Amino acid sequence: MSTSKVPTKKVPSALTIGIARGGLEIKQFMRQRESVVFTLAFPIMLLAIFGSVFTNELTDGVTFSQYFVAGMIASGLVNTGFQQLAIMIPVERDFGTLKRLRGTPMPASSYFIGKAIVVFVTMAFQVLLLLIAGVLFFGVNLPTDPAKWFTFTWLIILGSAASTSLGIAFSVIPKSGRSASAVVSPVVIILQFFSGVFFVFTDLPGWMQQVAAIFPLKWMTQGMRSVFLPDSFATAEVAGSWETEKTFLIILAWFIAGLIISIRTFKWDRQ
Amino acid sequence: MSSVISVRALKKSYGSTQAVAGIDLTIAQGEIFALLGPNGAGKTTTVEILEGFRNRDSGDVSVLGTDPAIKGEAGRIWRNRIGIVLQSTSDAGDLSVKETVAHFARYYANPRDVDEVVNAVGLAEKSKELIRTLSGGQRRRLDVALGIIGSPELLFLDEPTTGFDPEARRAFWALIKNLRDSGTTIVLTTHYLDEAEALADRVAVINRGAIVEVSTPALLGGRATSLATVSWLSENGPQSERTDNPTALIKKLTEGFNGEIPELTVKRASLEDIYLEMIGGADVHK
Repeated sequence: MSTSKVPTKKVPSALTIGIARGGLEIKQFMRQRESVVFTLAFPIMLLAIFGSVFTNELTDGVTFSQYFVAGMIASGLVNTGFQQLAIMIPVERDFGTLKRLRGTPMPASSYFIGKAIVVFVTMAFQVLLLLIAGVLFFGVNLPTDPAKWFTFTWLIILGSAASTSLGIAFSVIPKSGRSASAVVSPVVIILQFFSGVFFVFTDLPGWMQQVAAIFPLKWMTQGMRSVFLPDSFATAEVAGSWETEKTFLIILAWFIAGLIISIRTFKWDRQ
Repeated sequence: MSSVISVRALKKSYGSTQAVAGIDLTIAQGEIFALLGPNGAGKTTTVEILEGFRNRDSGDVSVLGTDPAIKGEAGRIWRNRIGIVLQSTSDAGDLSVKETVAHFARYYANPRDVDEVVNAVGLAEKSKELIRTLSGGQRRRLDVALGIIGSPELLFLDEPTTGFDPEARRAFWALIKNLRDSGTTIVLTTHYLDEAEALADRVAVINRGAIVEVSTPALLGGRATSLATVSWLSENGPQSERTDNPTALIKKLTEGFNGEIPELTVKRASLEDIYLEMIGGADVHK
């Protein structure tokens, strides 16, 4: 056994380790078959259920499925990032996985980068499958305007980054891995109802709309509506337009807030 | 030998409970140093301060010339030089042994060869198996592999052989001695006194937040000069006598029995006897 040392060699950078962690997290995720199937198929199942219940058209050529697919993608961002992380990180903390990592030269930022990568990749697959199923079975029409695809792309990237940072930030709240699901799930479900994921947003009571407007899910959903619905629908929004710049700024603000809280409060250990 | 760890007047309280009440320690480069003490004696707190997991209230601590409370990039450079084997983790284990060790190797500037490390901890045959299929002892050996993959100058081992069968323990002890012989300093906490005796160059006994004694296992608590207990079987049943001169007693008995002494044993205090006496436990000589 040799312990040869090259003292000049530097500790790998946070980004290098973060990318390695992303690969590892994806590998671990892919090996949990049930969770893979559930994560990828759940939005499709919901789309199938809602598409079957509400068969009427909102206007000529725009089905409820077309409206609903926007909500499904937005809420996928919250499920895959925020919910998944806020539940899994306390479990990793309980298992001692985080404390072990704390004892290595791996910095917290690498851990965060790894989580962001796995969330983004999972999200990309989830959206791809949802759109394929939507087009093939539920008559969803994809946008043709490149500007809409541009909005779609930054929404997925910024949305999954914000969802990741907020999930890590929220992970300090559940006291244990066992209680995490009970603490996190209600927050997500209430937010989904308030944000117009399951209903037409403008049909909701005014106070609910105002509460929802504080949180990012409403903006992600509205952003996705701007991608999947004809521009004529913009006038039906609360503000009478898609508010694209505002959407970007609000999601960005949440991402930064989540990041700051994560860096300041992240806990490696139970006590 | 230069000192790898140096601790002066270390104190740490939790609320009104003083866990560490002024500890001094010096651990030299290349030695195996065992910390013994009952649960709640301050052992874990002390080690976790040395590992950088916990902050101290007062005192001076230097580990590899650095204060373990260090943060940021300098903290990473410091952690690159140490290895920590905590009590076992219990994650889902969806990765193979080799994948896990290879991944941890990417955290360090000068990792050891992955296969060599997997081999050294005796998991070569399990290299491609998922961690979830490992036994408790095998998982523990994986923990050790992850602790040494970064070629640490200093290795912390917390209860390393819990769940090992006797054969695996022997193999593990050989591995640790090997690391020591190649220059690694090892700080071991254990509940197994035989383990401390087999491995440690020096032991410290901690009780109620303070060091009771630091010595070699052979000399701890005046063990080398402690009374021997000679036991044998006479016509009146089992006999036993404590003496500081067992040879003379046996000579006398040999003459009395005119040859073989039935069921003769001579027993010196074991490390465990001495340890229990030091921490105020049961007196096993009675």
